[in-house]
Amino acid sequence: MYDLIVLGGGPAGLAAACRAWQEGVRRILLVERDDALGGILNQCIHNGFGLHRFSEELTGPEYAGRYIRMLGQTGVEVRLATMALQILPGQDGAPHEVHTLSPTHGYEVLQTRAIVLAMGCRERTRGAIALPGERPAGIFTAGAAQRYLNIEGYLVGRRVVILGSGDIGLIMARRMTLEGAKVLACVEVMPYSGGLTRNIVQCLQDYDIPLYLSHTVTDIKGHDRLEQVTVSQVDANRRPIPGTEMVFDCDTLLLSVGLIPENELTRQAGIEMDRRTHGAVVSEAMQTSVPGIFACGNVLHVHDLVDYVSAESERAGAAAAAYLQGNPSASLPSLRLDNGAGIAYTVPQRLHPGIGEAQVFFRVNRVTGPAAVVAENDAGETSRFRRLRFAPGEMERITLPANLVATAKEHITLRLEEGSV
Amino acid sequence: MYDVILIGCGVVGAATAYQLARYDLKVAVLEAQNDVANGTTKANSAILHAGYDPEPGTRMAALNVEGNKMAKELCRKLDVPFRPVGSLLLALSEAQKTTLQTLYVRGLANGVPGLALLDREATLAMEPGLNPELTGALYAPTAAIVNPWEYALAMAETAVVNGVELHRRCPVTGIRPLPEGGFALQTPRGEWQTRFVVNAAGVNADKVHTLLEPVPWKITPNRGSYFLLDKAEGSRVGHVIFQCPGPNGKGVLVAPTVHGNLLVGPDAQPVEDRRDLGTPASALDFVRTQARRSVPGIDFSQNIRNFAGIRANSDQEDFIIQPSPAYPAFLDLAGIKSPGLTAAPAIGKRAVELLAEAGLVCRPKAQFIAERHVVRMDRLSPAEKNVQIARDPRYGRVICRCETVTEGEIVAALHSPIPALSINGVKRRCNAGMGRCQGGFCGPRVQEIIARELGIDQTAVPMDQDGSWVLAGETKTGREVTGDV
Repeated sequence: MYDLIVLGGGPAGLAAACRAWQEGVRRILLVERDDALGGILNQCIHNGFGLHRFSEELTGPEYAGRYIRMLGQTGVEVRLATMALQILPGQDGAPHEVHTLSPTHGYEVLQTRAIVLAMGCRERTRGAIALPGERPAGIFTAGAAQRYLNIEGYLVGRRVVILGSGDIGLIMARRMTLEGAKVLACVEVMPYSGGLTRNIVQCLQDYDIPLYLSHTVTDIKGHDRLEQVTVSQVDANRRPIPGTEMVFDCDTLLLSVGLIPENELTRQAGIEMDRRTHGAVVSEAMQTSVPGIFACGNVLHVHDLVDYVSAESERAGAAAAAYLQGNPSASLPSLRLDNGAGIAYTVPQRLHPGIGEAQVFFRVNRVTGPAAVVAENDAGETSRFRRLRFAPGEMERITLPANLVATAKEHITLRLEEGSV
Repeated sequence: MYDVILIGCGVVGAATAYQLARYDLKVAVLEAQNDVANGTTKANSAILHAGYDPEPGTRMAALNVEGNKMAKELCRKLDVPFRPVGSLLLALSEAQKTTLQTLYVRGLANGVPGLALLDREATLAMEPGLNPELTGALYAPTAAIVNPWEYALAMAETAVVNGVELHRRCPVTGIRPLPEGGFALQTPRGEWQTRFVVNAAGVNADKVHTLLEPVPWKITPNRGSYFLLDKAEGSRVGHVIFQCPGPNGKGVLVAPTVHGNLLVGPDAQPVEDRRDLGTPASALDFVRTQARRSVPGIDFSQNIRNFAGIRANSDQEDFIIQPSPAYPAFLDLAGIKSPGLTAAPAIGKRAVELLAEAGLVCRPKAQFIAERHVVRMDRLSPAEKNVQIARDPRYGRVICRCETVTEGEIVAALHSPIPALSINGVKRRCNAGMGRCQGGFCGPRVQEIIARELGIDQTAVPMDQDGSWVLAGETKTGREVTGDV
């Protein structure tokens, strides 16, 4: 019997496990399906990690290394090459079950008082966006190409078009260029990029790679290996405009068209989900609708910065410790954080009124100039958070004042207000 | 000198090889590609039709019903996923009820068991997610779903286990009749001499026959595009849902798959290029719109893959199952359009009868290995899983996380009677990469295992057919391998 099982040994799981140990939890098991800890950070060999968390610029493996060393100083038990197949929540305070499969321990049913879900996310594929055309080799998700390049040491192609301007795609535009490939274009269906501004500058502009906004891939040619893609401009409804076709002769198409939290275990366990984040609904303590089951990192919502993943996951680890040490909250609190105009989602989605100030992550659903996010509760209290610019590609973090939280009755609504700044 | 050479190892070639393997004969199958079941067999509706569609008295009608009857036992013996889910053919207007009536009568004439005409209420009670405006349905309990490529693979493997030779990457480029009878087949791997030839070359059957003599029929390839949706949509319907057939085929269907996904499609598009498996936006739009007429609630945002298959249609109404009049030892199994997958095992039997009529002496083998077994971890109980892992720990290492496929299963596919030679070959044998991430995570790992097990360089492992290279080269050696696969 464990006190805590952490599912996933990437940045979220590492931070949650370390923090729970620091808070005094002792029987902790961390389950990782890969052969090494660190998760996707292991293939992110570029720098830019850790500016918030460690106040210095690290590569992905360096950032992971810091947490792996921290974990090494704890007594957390780690099981690698172990796949969690199923979670069965315990009823009425009974322990939860985690079913796992591994070469060393076979099929096992583990019992635990608490669980932190930290399974991360996966990339959206060609199928998810129903990309038309033929299906030759040479079409990769950006992350798969990154793994081939940075872990296995193989280049996947030499003339490249990138669809989607998510951060991994942008990073790969630079990476493939540095390895001698020619990146012909980065194509984005939306009128704005989905990636961080710093990546647009450092990975595309610095290498003269054109970014085609409001464009998409409308045809793919090649029986065996990719030979050609057609790119068309799209209208306001994202419909291709006939006559705007551009043809690129290329052998590789990388897809950077979004990430999806990997929540099959979560759904199977009957945990309440948020259809906007594709993750669980959680309280400010990162607790899901099942008492004793917490979620953090990209399995909860997709982050831009690993630093925020760590911060959020440390909160989950601390909350799991508090839960185990006798402060269990029965279920999700009733105070809701609602999305008003311009807000795509918030995490957490629920708050306990008595918690004092509350840190909230959110994303907007359009690009703005100077604007404010207004938080208003149903007692008429408001708070305003100004920025020079909002964009869906940049996750925002605000702290709601204690008074706004304490006086709310049923809900607090976040909304985007333009032009009033 | 071979007794029989089969050209093509799709489901029809495989079924014929499986039947021939029972007899004391020297048989070879020549397959142009690097894998079996890699044409029409791998990309179709994965349905075993009940048999009410074909005109009574045709070969198609008889072989459909017979093939359907053979399937259950065959799948049990060969360990092929099979589910007898039944089908509902919907009438979406009063006029279409006449079509149901016609097909019901036709089905009775063809000997289809268990057919029933249902009214609106009975239909919706069986399948609540259907369009409530439907007016009735024809229920066919013997319709089933199957894993089509494994169906073919299992028959081909069993043939190989029983002594039939399979030669892949062996396209036939010339056929010459021999003066003493029989034929000489030219291939890039030399000349093959045989007394009998079976032409099961699918979409290329007319081209193959033309190597010997002009043919009075031709293949009219017709492409169908599909959506394969995530398992989250897999229980959207419990039966195969058909719409009334039109001049372009059986129409867009919605069906569960044996893997637990939802299959939606196809359209029907004549194509010139028999290798153009593209799914144009217009085809996908058509399928989406049509499918919603049967099952309005389908969530297409759960799509994980589109694919297309080329129907081996011909300009003949019926299947072309006949010896050449000029060369009775040359047997065509051609124009095997829908319901070809269903009919295949019966076509295989019929082929042996026709060869025997043409003079092939078929003496049963003393020992015929009739059973095949595949380890699939997701079907084992926890205790059985542990027995398997104790025997070989690789069965505890999950490589494909979406479909929970282990290294042990992948290694087994690479050392099976017909080893996989490509990433998609592994996918077809054990499901790795079939799931929602489409190989995003496991693709590189599968490729590494293939290279290791087959003793080849990782850069030489293709995605599918030869030429579908995945890696352009190593980054640190400066070695270029682009296009060498």
